Amino acid sequence: MGILTNQFQDNVFFATADSIINWSRKSSLWPETFGIACCAIEMISAGCARYDLDRFGVVFRSSPRQSDVMIIAGTVTKKMAPIVRRLYDQMPEPRYVIAMGTCAISGGVYNTYAVVQGSDLFVPVDVHVAGCPPRPDALLHGFVELQKKIAASRVLRREEPGAVPASIKEGA
Amino acid sequence: MPDQFPLEKIIEHFNGRVVVDKDVTDMPCVIVTPKDLVELCFYLRDNRAFRFNFMSDICGVDFLPQLPRYQLVYHLFSIPLGWRLRIKCLLEDPPKAPTITDVWTTANWHEREAYDMYGIVFEGHPDLRRIYMWEEFDGWPMRRDFPLRGYKDQYNPMGAERPAEQKNPVEDIL
Repeated sequence: MGILTNQFQDNVFFATADSIINWSRKSSLWPETFGIACCAIEMISAGCARYDLDRFGVVFRSSPRQSDVMIIAGTVTKKMAPIVRRLYDQMPEPRYVIAMGTCAISGGVYNTYAVVQGSDLFVPVDVHVAGCPPRPDALLHGFVELQKKIAASRVLRREEPGAVPASIKEGA
Repeated sequence: MPDQFPLEKIIEHFNGRVVVDKDVTDMPCVIVTPKDLVELCFYLRDNRAFRFNFMSDICGVDFLPQLPRYQLVYHLFSIPLGWRLRIKCLLEDPPKAPTITDVWTTANWHEREAYDMYGIVFEGHPDLRRIYMWEEFDGWPMRRDFPLRGYKDQYNPMGAERPAEQKNPVEDIL
């Protein structure tokens, strides 16, 4: 995909191709089975029968190499952060990150020497799900928001003028 | 097995080098200097009257600004006889104590914890590394003068400034 990404101008063919690619990406968001603290309990609940994340094509995978989404569900300590980053690095692209809960967003009540003050500091976060812990509904909402974000992104066509990478600008 | 813990037997044997802590009411408690600690531990483990074959816990205490500043508290349990005993050991600043891993192997991790949290150096310890915090961590978090958010550095912008005179005194000993 690398050579083709964001290379083509807007026309009917590439717009249609983009929407098909985006549709396939957003309809099978597979998260890692990976939880760090109490938020993971809500994450498990969201995946089980009552809330049923499967409805959105969200199926938990047990390997980062098979996953599209990483849900950072819990307090990330400074000792844990390199391990979380490593899991992120092992995921194939395109990959997305949901920071679930106050601790993952900002460190939460743990403003101490041992806790990372927000997972934005070491991975790029796409969606922040607020709550302590967030209810499963909130996590569902987070996935829906992520799907909206993916549906609005450009895959083959060039980025909007404001967001054009330097390499493409030179070629144009 | 006698009903009363034979505390006077320890005091008698050590002849003034070990004293009873009278403030403690919940269990027998003795105070010893770091110099006599290992000898006392071997005595308590091997003497037929005590048989303290299980060391349940080691914890550090920081009494800042009181002097001596540091203390180690050992909790022992005798499985065959059912006795419990507490040993207190006062330490100067910078804190140093002999290791008791030769007496009870389990003390290894307990001492690493006390080292990690208080910076107490155990002389003769086979593997004195941090156990909770990561290796590069700067400071001793359970000390009373340690700032809650840690010391400021590249990855810890919210941390407190380290006072100039306090340059990790324990690093010089190692």
